[in-house]
Amino acid sequence: MVYLDNSATTQPDPEVIRVMSDVMRDIYGNPSSLHGLGGKAERLLKQARETVARILGVSPQSLVFTSGGTEANNTAIKGVAYQHRGRGRHLITTQVEHAAVYEVCRQLEKWGWEVTYLPVDQQGRVRPEDVAAALQEDTVLVSVMHVNNEMGTVQPIPEIGRLLQDYPKVLFHVDAVQSIGKLEVRPREWGVDLMSFSGHKFHGPKGVGCLYVREGVTLSPLLVGGGQEGGFRSGTQNMPGIVGFTKAAVLAEQRRAEAVPRMYRWKQEMIEAVTDRLQDVRINGDTSEKGGAPHILSLSFPGLKSEVIVHALEEKGVAVSSKSACSSKGEEPSRVLKAMGLDDETAVGSIRISTGADNRDEDIQRGIEALTAVIPRLQHVMKGGS
Amino acid sequence: MAIYLDHAATTPVHPEVKEAMLPYLEQQFGNPSSIHGFGREIRNAVDRARDQIAGALHAAPGQVIFTSGGTEADNLALIGVARALREQGKDHVVTTQIEHHAVLDTCEFLEEIGFRVTYVPVDATGLVSMNELRQAVDDRTALISVMYGNNEVGTLQPVEEIGAFAREQGILFHSDAVQAFGVEPLDVQRLPVDLLTISSHKINGPKGVGALYVDRDVPLRPLAHGGQQERRRRAGTENVPGIVGFGRAAQIAMGNREQYREHTSRCRQAMLEELESAGVTFTVNGHPERHLPHILNLSFPGADTEVMLMNLDLEGIACASGSACTSGTLELSHVLKAMHLPDEILRSAIRFSFGRGNTEEEVRQAAQTIAATVKRLTEQSK
Ligand SMILES: Cc1ncc(COP(=O)(O)O)c(C=O)c1O
Ligand SMILES: Cc1ncc(COP(=O)(O)O)c(C=O)c1O
Repeated sequence: MVYLDNSATTQPDPEVIRVMSDVMRDIYGNPSSLHGLGGKAERLLKQARETVARILGVSPQSLVFTSGGTEANNTAIKGVAYQHRGRGRHLITTQVEHAAVYEVCRQLEKWGWEVTYLPVDQQGRVRPEDVAAALQEDTVLVSVMHVNNEMGTVQPIPEIGRLLQDYPKVLFHVDAVQSIGKLEVRPREWGVDLMSFSGHKFHGPKGVGCLYVREGVTLSPLLVGGGQEGGFRSGTQNMPGIVGFTKAAVLAEQRRAEAVPRMYRWKQEMIEAVTDRLQDVRINGDTSEKGGAPHILSLSFPGLKSEVIVHALEEKGVAVSSKSACSSKGEEPSRVLKAMGLDDETAVGSIRISTGADNRDEDIQRGIEALTAVIPRLQHVMKGGS
Repeated sequence: MAIYLDHAATTPVHPEVKEAMLPYLEQQFGNPSSIHGFGREIRNAVDRARDQIAGALHAAPGQVIFTSGGTEADNLALIGVARALREQGKDHVVTTQIEHHAVLDTCEFLEEIGFRVTYVPVDATGLVSMNELRQAVDDRTALISVMYGNNEVGTLQPVEEIGAFAREQGILFHSDAVQAFGVEPLDVQRLPVDLLTISSHKINGPKGVGALYVDRDVPLRPLAHGGQQERRRRAGTENVPGIVGFGRAAQIAMGNREQYREHTSRCRQAMLEELESAGVTFTVNGHPERHLPHILNLSFPGADTEVMLMNLDLEGIACASGSACTSGTLELSHVLKAMHLPDEILRSAIRFSFGRGNTEEEVRQAAQTIAATVKRLTEQSK
């Protein structure tokens, strides 16, 4: 089976598994314990934090380990909203965020906050001037994702960060869960106050993520009791998970320079193949080298059903996804693709192909062969052929 | 070789648990929400683990929500129920003064968002006062949260009685059973609880995973929003290897529960016997009978806790002052304070907690070292 669903989750790197396995065997202390075994765990935790900090160009104290990207987003958004509710109850986000941002904002609306969901252009990109125009007296937070998980479009984070410099009281959160190993992320240089990451998206383990919280930013924690992670996130730390996350981040960063051109070439090959050999196909999002992430390709086949395509490709030995994994069971057309202007029929016929650092050229060829075999047959059936 | 007597803080991962986890880090890496084969296989693995946890509690699989640990499960239970019942006009929570911080700090948060919280006192053995608890509730009480067994002194609370009372009053009952799971018989069919917290790393499972048992019909608002995982009650991609490991750990723990109880009781007894025959002065904190078998909290008047811990650590004995989460700061234990113990007892308390890897022999050896250390320290201070 060829796995081309790396935006849903990735296969942990063998080195990641090895370090996790070692930690499970040797470092079983609780980092909060005072004795030697606890100290050993605490030192390892400190090392991990320093390593991730170096990669991101931030201070170790500004990193909070969480149970994943969803928790990081919930902590950032609810935490800031609640902490600063006295100052204002307005948030700005976009219509194309991941559910872990979008649903949090919807929830805050139910609790009495006001949220502006900014529209995006046809490529799925928000305009910085729209962010500026949406700012109100009582705006406390702007949350915009870096790489969109459904079609790969990269949002203008540095530009938004720059314009928010003039509004020091407005905090800026970025969901960068899809970025590590594919794009450079520089929260400090970009003027970002909070940034979310998740280990399983870059060949690390599931169940561990990280939230960057710029020093000086305060928030009301999502999880309390114990005071771990500088009080930002209580609960005994997932030591093997954190060490696995760190190892994966190191490897992803080391490999980025050689992996990205390869992924980008694969994306171009796939685009070329489908445009040359298929009819009625739409390519979603910004696919330019600057404007799109190298690992995500979103295709629409109006008239087809994404789940039918996914299963037909699976029969040919290729795994892709219908939309983001967290909502892949929903039947409704993707909210994100609709925000980009796709009609319902096009949106329900969309699939996402996403590559990983461990794919090989043959995988892409198999993917292309499967697509070019399956799609015409399905289109034929849908048009009433036999 | 260090002698690890801090199993209430955390336990080593059982080798078979690690074995069970590895395939889900290696080839079986899919996202359980994916609709293709990679995802479906993983979904089955999560379901199997859910069956294992449900089986250990005599619950139905649909009543188990996986979380990132005991802390998250406690937060979810209290905040989730409080938010849901606020819509019905409830604004009051009853708990005790000796809960884990995961419950106490969550109660503080509830106070911040407008709830009233009553912290019921305990007696000198750490037992909650049933009388005061009965008086604490009113017609706007949403939830009673009382831990099953205390993590610092081991005292077992009268959860059946509390649960029966809660039922009678139409109040929901949550119990933090993090220290009791794998040790005490937790049968939710028999036990009148509506929500129960458990954590994997206390039963030789991996860190970073826990679960909340939630009875049917208990209204619960999620803490984390986003994906549709855990039937929309806990968003976030599942920690699949962790969940699989937790399931296996629970299965092993259930198979060995009686032996484990006997084993830890013998270790505890051995420690007491050795200390007695060594002739050191000490008191046992907690309830003389109603206690978890693996926790032993002792005070050595005259031997300061922090100095003791440092000395014992140098001798290769790992133990704790209280719960691991608070021991980093070494404040006086809120549990012992709530028990109104004399100052010299408070300032010299040490928690020993036993587990699977301990031998009676090493516990006796540790006891002799402890006795010698106590003698040295108390002699010095004379
Ligand atoms: C952009 C984005 N944000 C957040 C998440 C959620 O992260 P996690 O799966 O670690 O909860 C995902 C992945 O599902 C994602 O793609
Ligand atoms: C009674 C009790 N509740 C909750 C917890 C927290 O669980 P976890 O470490 O899994 O977050 C602990 C352990 O530290 C505990 O002993």
